[in-house]
Amino acid sequence: MKVRIHVSLKPGVLDPQGRAVHHALEGLGFSGVEDVRIGRLIELDVADGTSDEALDEMCRKLLANMVIENYSIEKLENA
Amino acid sequence: MRAAVITFPGSNCDRDMAVAIERVSGKAPQRVWHGDASLPDALDFIALPGGFSYGDYLRCGSMAANSPIMRAVAEAAGKGVPVLGVCNGFQVLTESGLLPGALMRNAGQTFICRTVKLKVENGHSIFTGRYDEGQIIDIPVAHHDGNYFADAETLDRLEGDGRVAFRYAESVNGSQRDIAGILNAGGNVLGMMPHPERAVDAAHGGTDGVALFESVFDSLSVV
Repeated sequence: MKVRIHVSLKPGVLDPQGRAVHHALEGLGFSGVEDVRIGRLIELDVADGTSDEALDEMCRKLLANMVIENYSIEKLENA
Repeated sequence: MRAAVITFPGSNCDRDMAVAIERVSGKAPQRVWHGDASLPDALDFIALPGGFSYGDYLRCGSMAANSPIMRAVAEAAGKGVPVLGVCNGFQVLTESGLLPGALMRNAGQTFICRTVKLKVENGHSIFTGRYDEGQIIDIPVAHHDGNYFADAETLDRLEGDGRVAFRYAESVNGSQRDIAGILNAGGNVLGMMPHPERAVDAAHGGTDGVALFESVFDSLSVV
């Protein structure tokens, strides 16, 4: 089973990288971009039947830093 | 002093740390590899050095925080053994949950490598007893991810409990409240981004780091 873990900065945590990219987009002439936040996409290939709890634990223990990041889990059942 | 310096793959300040400890204590620390499951017996001091453990994969310090030796370090810290984490060592301590907060990318996006002014905020911890409270010292920094972040409640608690050991006396990396180094609740774990081990010899350009290692040595002699 393929699983995608999306890791993003919590609201309120300053993202200097996102801000720099925002400025770069504006510099390229793209107007109307309100905000840019940069996160991380982690693709896992796990055994069928891996529990939601186990995936949650992987995120909390290692894949995301819960002090500054949120995560969401997307299961791609047929991938 | 029976000290140990932990080396992770990618550590690059482990030798400097060992030299600094030996200079002050007169005894070379033991060198411990990250894959070891246990520490030498009866240690009085553990140092986690700077560098780029595991190539900074995932997040700085996150892989090292989950290495076998860190379970032993956490256990020793729980028993009150002094643990110092410098730079990447600080990142390992926050990632392992031994210290609160997180170290994020510098606000200015650039790697910062220069000597900065630090204010000693707590002059009576086991790591800072030889400094005067409020003293300004010169210590080098060399990091890309030293921007300290914690929520306001955690920051208030750190300040209220005297757990901010060092604060930048100048603008450096965007850290919340200019925090450069913090202590755990027990006062026996210190994490700091600046490198005291790079300021222990006149040839380094300054010796303001010596007092930190002397403070630890003092605290052991008292016991």
